[in-house]
Amino acid sequence: METNFSPLAGLVGGALIGLASTVLLLGNGRIAGVSGILGGSLFGPVADRGWRLAFLVGLPLGAWLARSATSDAMGFAITGHPALLVVGGLLVGFGTQLGGGCTSGHGVCGVARGSPRSILATLTFMATAGITVFVMRHLLGAA
Amino acid sequence: MQTLLSGLCGIVFGVGLAVSGMTNPAKVLAFLDVFGRWDPTLAFVMAGAVTVSAAGYAVARRRDRAWLGGAFGIPTRRDLDARLVGGAALFGVGWGLVGLCPGPALASLGRGSGEVTLFVGAMLAGIALHRFATREPAAAPSEGSV
Repeated sequence: METNFSPLAGLVGGALIGLASTVLLLGNGRIAGVSGILGGSLFGPVADRGWRLAFLVGLPLGAWLARSATSDAMGFAITGHPALLVVGGLLVGFGTQLGGGCTSGHGVCGVARGSPRSILATLTFMATAGITVFVMRHLLGAA
Repeated sequence: MQTLLSGLCGIVFGVGLAVSGMTNPAKVLAFLDVFGRWDPTLAFVMAGAVTVSAAGYAVARRRDRAWLGGAFGIPTRRDLDARLVGGAALFGVGWGLVGLCPGPALASLGRGSGEVTLFVGAMLAGIALHRFATREPAAAPSEGSV
């Protein structure tokens, strides 16, 4: 699926992500890193699971609201290859826990506060993701 | 109250992911494919999110406690280690294979897509695998995890 450059929607959506991260930080004192919130909701202290689960349940609710309001303007296309989905999911789950963060925790929250760990992590996962897409699409010829 | 606010933040976060196009794996892969038909939108998503978040941190730095009480759980580690780089590298490969990272994957669960469900199931298995392979509890934010 070819997608069109949409800078305004990107900025507005990004600002909303930043707003949610800011309110969670100033209100609850928590970092809006999805992989960290998810990992903690599974294996963290029981007393700490309520706010984590509430945040996680909010994600699909919010996305559903936005899809309904915009007639799914951004569309959706994903690989149908089960092996890619399973290997990709395993690597994303394992890698984010080992590296202590994902696109939101390192990429947004960590970069926003100038954390050297998060800046290095973001450069690293952007690079390996780009290399992976290059190998898949331009060397192996996957769509 | 903290749970309610957290739920609201999750909803706004989910709206932002969907509005920005991050919930479409094809759009994320088009950003990562700089040698193909490149779609730079994700850079604008990051710019918008980082700019607003940076303002939030500037406010947080001048405060001792969060609005609803409690200290700020901001990571304090600054050292760079192999786990950080290795974990980020593995995560990037998985992200590049499918075009989903944890936030958009969970946000897209409501689509009823079998592909998303399979991906999220594998992602949870990956988290559990890390937990049992390293025998470590999920790190507290102050230890460097976000």
